[in-house]
Amino acid sequence: MSTLAHKLKQAALPLFMAFVLLGIWQAWTTLQAIPEYLVPSPWVIAKTLVQNWAVLSRALLVTIKITVLAFISAIVLGVLVAFAMVQSRWIEAVFLPYAVLLQVTPIVAIAPLIIIWVKDPTASLVVCATLVALFPIISNTTIGLRSVNPGLAAYFQLQKAGRWQTLLRLRIPSALPYFFAGLRISGGLSLIGAVVAEFVAGTGGTGTGLAYQILQSGYQLDIPRMFAALVLISLTGVAVFVSLAALSRWVLGGWHESEMG
Amino acid sequence: MGDKAASAVSMHEVEQVYPNGTRALMPVSLDIRPGEFVSLLGPSGCGKSTLLKMIAGLLQPTAGRIQLSGQQLSFVFQEATLMPWADVHANVRLPLDLAGVPRPQADGRVDEALQLVGLSAFAKQRPRELSGGMQMRVSIARGLVTRPRLLLMDEPFGALDEITRNRLDADLLALWRQQGLTVVFVTHSITEAVFLSSRVIVMGARPGRVVEDYALDNPWPRDDDHRTSPAFNAHVRHLQHRLSQASALTGDAP
Repeated sequence: MSTLAHKLKQAALPLFMAFVLLGIWQAWTTLQAIPEYLVPSPWVIAKTLVQNWAVLSRALLVTIKITVLAFISAIVLGVLVAFAMVQSRWIEAVFLPYAVLLQVTPIVAIAPLIIIWVKDPTASLVVCATLVALFPIISNTTIGLRSVNPGLAAYFQLQKAGRWQTLLRLRIPSALPYFFAGLRISGGLSLIGAVVAEFVAGTGGTGTGLAYQILQSGYQLDIPRMFAALVLISLTGVAVFVSLAALSRWVLGGWHESEMG
Repeated sequence: MGDKAASAVSMHEVEQVYPNGTRALMPVSLDIRPGEFVSLLGPSGCGKSTLLKMIAGLLQPTAGRIQLSGQQLSFVFQEATLMPWADVHANVRLPLDLAGVPRPQADGRVDEALQLVGLSAFAKQRPRELSGGMQMRVSIARGLVTRPRLLLMDEPFGALDEITRNRLDADLLALWRQQGLTVVFVTHSITEAVFLSSRVIVMGARPGRVVEDYALDNPWPRDDDHRTSPAFNAHVRHLQHRLSQASALTGDAP
């Protein structure tokens, strides 16, 4: 009972704060008579969102699809590369510079190339977003796979555990907290990557995602619709973060310090 | 107590020199008979853990021979070294899982081992929910679940408070007598060595070496009153003197 009340309070406070901020925003735009094409009021944004829901929801689905596909490919690729890198310092020395290279190259600089090289528009956007989201998974999983308690490692050695047994029963569970920390960063980056890539590709007429809606609204000076699309992107980002946090809590909650209490 | 003629552990001129040239342990010859409780007692750097690791096969001796009489051995570390993500039952079952023992059979043996250390009620708990002493009990249960004949323990209670340590010492003695184990126990506590052992190997540091092979004739069973008995104190005093002499010889500041 008390924990439920505590949880309610935890959820209620941020919500209350959000309402206060929206109220101030609404009051400011109304009282100062700020024109809609500069800063639309929350009420106007909400109205626009409802009126344009057919278009915007379709765009939202496209952006979510690209985000999810990019996130999944980043996880698969990142984990594979991490497993390869912990096999030997040599493999790491060979791979790591390219991982870093991908990380430090701005995606807007290589996105046009990728869009030219990859014929399928969706695939090209997914590739761009994957490149953005990849690095945190590689680096975190690698650190995790290396962060094995030395005492436990000695115990496994003493029990003559095989390479496979050690990987499955020791290395992978030890890596999970680091892996999930990487997931949380990459989840947000997948969405950013999807939006940025679509901005670059958008003028080519290939995109129908939210970034394209923002571009179009900009050209048409339809600022309320721009804000409506922006709201959807932000909400998607929050949803991605919240679901990954919940997943991490569900998996690690019973034992890891980061998810206790 | 088994065959007196066959040693449980037989060491012949075993020595350890680290690659950087440090002499961790001067040549040691030692026979441990089945059913003995042998403590390796000495200050840090005397090579007692090194000797134990060589018996366990975790470390290769630089020279010399170690023979175990084909026994199943278990090693208990100074830290409990439990898997934080697994519950107590799964932690104790680990060596059986690694050895490929079928699940139903393994589960039965885990329950047995947990009963031996008095933790049956905690099988579903995670290690972090237990106190340090209870974690150590889990570690001992994990050592016993393979039904070893030889139990090697590397300062297992060194990180615990004195009251907890005394209780675990008493429980360990009971287990040793009940299971007919051979135990090699590393410690730097003189009283712990006297309380537990049928024999104490006193060691000195820099270079690591054996100073004395000391047999204890104290009666069994030993209880808390034994800790303050005159005989107990006499042994403690003797060992104290030998340890001081050993460090005085090498001119060590303690």
